[in-house]
Formats: sequence, structure tokens, C-alpha cells
Amino acid sequence: MTEGLLHLNEVSKGFGIVIAVDRISFTLAEGEFLSLLGPSGSGKTTTLQMIAGLTRPTSGEIQLAGRPISPLPPYKRDIGMVFQNYALFPHLTVARNVAFPLEMRHMRRAEIRRRVETVLKLVDLAGFDDRYPRQLSGGQQQRVALARAIVFEPKLLLMDEPLGALDKKLREQMQLEIKHLHKRLGVSIIYVTHDQDEALVMSDRIGVFNKGRLEQIGTVEQLYEQPMTRFVAEFVGESNMVRGAVREAVNGCCTLETADGPLRGRARQAFTIGSAALISVRPERVRLEPGAGVVGDRDRIQGRISEVIYMGRLRKYVIDTAGGQKLVVARQAAGVEAKPLTVGDAVVATFAADDAVVLEDTR
Amino acid sequence: MTAIYSERFWPALRACMCLGIVVFLISPMVIVVIISFSSAPFLTFPPPGLSLQWYRKLSGSSVWLDAIATSATVMLPSALIATFAGTAAAVGLARGRIPGAAMIASLIMAPMIVPVIITAAGMLGVFRSWGLQGTRLGLIFAHTTLAIPYVVFTVLAAMRLVDDQLESAALTLGATQWRAFWRVTFPLILPAVLSGMLFAMVVSFDELVVSIFLSSPTVRPVTVQMWSDVRGDVDPTIAAMGALLLAFSVAALLLETVLNRQRRPVAAPAAKTFPQGMAP
Repeated sequence: MTEGLLHLNEVSKGFGIVIAVDRISFTLAEGEFLSLLGPSGSGKTTTLQMIAGLTRPTSGEIQLAGRPISPLPPYKRDIGMVFQNYALFPHLTVARNVAFPLEMRHMRRAEIRRRVETVLKLVDLAGFDDRYPRQLSGGQQQRVALARAIVFEPKLLLMDEPLGALDKKLREQMQLEIKHLHKRLGVSIIYVTHDQDEALVMSDRIGVFNKGRLEQIGTVEQLYEQPMTRFVAEFVGESNMVRGAVREAVNGCCTLETADGPLRGRARQAFTIGSAALISVRPERVRLEPGAGVVGDRDRIQGRISEVIYMGRLRKYVIDTAGGQKLVVARQAAGVEAKPLTVGDAVVATFAADDAVVLEDTR
Repeated sequence: MTAIYSERFWPALRACMCLGIVVFLISPMVIVVIISFSSAPFLTFPPPGLSLQWYRKLSGSSVWLDAIATSATVMLPSALIATFAGTAAAVGLARGRIPGAAMIASLIMAPMIVPVIITAAGMLGVFRSWGLQGTRLGLIFAHTTLAIPYVVFTVLAAMRLVDDQLESAALTLGATQWRAFWRVTFPLILPAVLSGMLFAMVVSFDELVVSIFLSSPTVRPVTVQMWSDVRGDVDPTIAAMGALLLAFSVAALLLETVLNRQRRPVAAPAAKTFPQGMAP
């Protein structure tokens, strides 16, 4: 990522004594789709507003196309933004709403007409020119907001939970549409959401926010396979967490002494021997073997099934381990099982050290 | 038995009381209007016959025409200034980045709460030392002060309904703060601004107490003229004038209602509306 379109360097925002955004840095590549994912109040919307120029950072620098934009007011930044509640102008028709940014740029009338027509066709709203926003459904309003934000061809498009108000089915459809639009226009997008599925479906990269900090930024695969913190491991997908003390740390492999015996996992940072740590394993990376048996180079945990949840595509098993922990194991429910596992069965849960990650034990 | 009894009794009592109140409130106005068409030379009710003589007399009287002209030339500038200043104040207060906004708001509202006679006495003292007592300019300033709270009140209520994200959106779309206000916020609060202006006009046109203190024999608005007439020779001219004042206020209120109706959402075709009390 050498030539980024947008660059944030140690950007912070405080409201009084509350630090809403704490020293955030990242670079957005040209044409990239980046999601900012986090629970509400984690600072992602504030970050977006600082990029748009609606809020001033307390410290740090934001660069757009190599130039610092902190001194620029929002109307000189040429950044499109789609708001959570769409923020359509209720007294203007669809066409006038979409024409607004072009009128602000003093474009010629014929050119405005042409562009409005093109963009409305692009978002599948041709013929809706003379409607007022309140005469449209939520999904249609969303499209108008999108059209209005891209009609002046900004290099960067910011979207603040744009699909939050739509029902699930429409949301999934709009996710794909936005994704296609992104491909077609080549615009860079920063997309704020608290919905991890949405972020997974849409993004090239995801930045995970927690309590004002950017915990980790990376591709979906990086976040899923190599979470750097407990928060990321738990917020992106599901994770089993087994607590223990570090016994050995060699070459990126770490052994923890847990209530269920020694367990190994990959470690990305250095751990001091004896410190408290967690070992994180995804439910679908754990295998269940009935009874005892030799299982090669996989770490093993003895336990008993306490719950079976049938979810159609998956079966989830909750295991009470011999060491008194709970472990969730997911298995493809491929059909009727020959020898189904049921509640009370003694099992051995195993996983490969490569599928487990050792993390600092912090909240 | 008792249940049926009270079920009929209370609504009937309530209807009677409401009717009584309405009669009590409206009958003086109705009587004034009827007397203004009286054929008798005195204020008598019921009038012996109908005639337009008092309106004729009114339109031929230079005293009354002067008074109407004074009222109008005080009303229009003060309503305009009050609308401008009141709207500016309401927008500033609603966007709320002003320290001590609540304090400022209550100061602006003060003329609505402080007894008018106290405001009037205060203005008399100050305006006399400024040489504004008995001048048209003095009346304009005084009426502006009295009318501003009405404008602020109406516009502030409208501002609270305008999503402030709209202005943010306009900014990201390339509008300066100034253009964002005029292109987005102002059209949305315009009906409220206009009703505020109508209120301001009515306040000025109907104002008596402060006007008594600040007027002079040459600068005398309609209300003050009526006041001095009531105490002197009473003929139905004053009823005719009263009827005109009433007509002005009613027209202003009707116009205001029409404006407010337009402010309401354009009928959304898909919106489900239930009559009150029938929501599922």
C-alpha cells in the first residue's frame, strides 16, 4: 500500500474528558472498499465525520491525495457521504436532490440534467425524478442518497450505516448493489457498520474499532485467521477462548498451561513465560472424536457433550471439558449421521496448533 | 343503573360547559360586529335596524384614517424587523453552539412574561430620554420588542423538527454554511417564519398598553384612538373599527392555519393512517 488515497495519522478526537477516537492511523488505497466495524460508540462514526470535515480532530493529520485536508471545510473536500437516515432534502424532488451538489458546483443546466438522468438510471430509479423523498420506500430513499453522493464523482465515498434502517432481505440486496456500484465506478469507499456479516460480505479490508481505538485493520481473512486481540477474535466470527499461563514460547508457537492440560497455538507477539494468556480457536476448526484414540499431532481436550444445537447447515455442540471450561464445536450437518453424537457422550475435542491463536488476556 | 346515569350525565355536563365557555368568549365579539351595523346613533343592543352608516363615517373621518395609517406604518416595519431578528435568534438558539443559550432564550421571551404595564413604564422612561417618546420610530421599536418572542417561539418549534443532518449533508455536497441555510434549512422553516410574521403583525396592530404610554396626539394608533373614544363620546363608529380589527386578526389567523397545513407532509400515498383511538 504505497500510494494511498487517504491517510490518517494518529488522529484523535476528544469531547471534553471523553476520548471518542484515540490515535487512529490507516491508509486507504485508491479504489479500496474499507469497512469500519465496531459496536456503537466505538468511534467509527466520529472518524468518518472527521474525514468528511463535519468534526475537527483534536490532534493528528488527515491527508487526501497527498494533501492535508484538516484546514479545508467540508464543502471543499469533494467527498461524498451517505448518512444513516439518508438526510434527503424533504422539500426537493428526487431530481432536485440529486442535482443539488451539481448546482453547488455551478454546472450548466443541460449538463446537470444529463448527469442526474445517468445516475438515476445507475441506481435503478429512472422515472422517479418528480417524486418527493417521503413518497419513496426506505430502499428507494437509500438509492437517492447514494445517487446524490456519487453524482459529482467524488474520489472518496463515506457511508455511515447506510442500510441500518432497512429490513434484512432488502439490506442483503442493497449490499450487493453497493458492491457492484463500487466495482463499476472505481470509487474508494469507507463504510461504517456494526454488522460483521455486512462487513465480511462487502469489504476488501476491515478496520475493527473498540472504545475509540482501531484494534486491527486487515483483510477479512487476516482478521479471521490472525486476530491480534481478544476483541477482534470475538467480534469477527465466533471464537472459543481457553485461559492459561504461558509455559513456552518458541518461533511463533506458544504453549499454554491450561486446566485441560498444555495447548499450543500461534503467537504473533512475544509473551513472557508465566503470564496469563488466552488461546482462541474457531468452532469449526475443532474436531470431535468419540472416546479416546490416537490423534496424531493435534492437541486434545477431554469432555462431555452438554448441548447439541441443530442449525440446518451446521450442528453445534457445546462441550463441558474435564477442566471445567465450555467449548463450542461446529460441524457441517451433511445429513443423517451414522453414529450421532448426543448429550452426555464422552468426546475428545482436538485442534491443530496452526488453527489456534494465542492472545493477551485483556478485555 | 348508576353507570348508565353517569355515562350520560358527564358528557352532557361537559358539552354544556364547553358551550357556555364558547358563548362567553365569542358573544362580545359577535355583539360588537352586530352593533357596527346598527342604525341607531348610540351603542344599543339589539340594534333597531341595520345600516352601513358607521363604516361610512369611519371612512370619512380623518382622525380614524390617520389612526389606521399610523397603525399600519408601525405594524409593517416592526413585524418585518421582529421576523428578521426573531428568525435569526431562533436559528442560532436551535443550532445551540452559543454559550448561555438558555439564558438568552429566556431574556428574549421576557416581554411575554413581564406584565405589559411594567414593560410600558420602562419603555416610557428610556424612550423619553432618547427622544423616542411620541414618535413613530419609538412605537416601531416597542412593538418589535413585543413581537419578537412570538416569532422566536414559532420558528424555534419549526427548527426542532428540521434534522440538523440535512445541513451537514448539504455541506458535504458542496454547499457553504450560508448556502446550506438558504437552500435547505430556510425553505423548511419558511411556513413558520411567515406565521411568526403574521403573529407579529397582529401583536402590533392590537397592542394598546405600551402604545398609550408612547403615543402622542399626532402619532396615535387605532387602539389608542379607540381607547380615548370609549372614554369620551361613544357612537358605533368604534364598533365598526372594532369589527375591522377583528376581521384583520381572524384573517391573519386563518392565513396562519393555511400555512401550517402546508407545512404538514405532502400526503404519502403508502402511509397508513388510523383515525384517533382506532390504531391497532
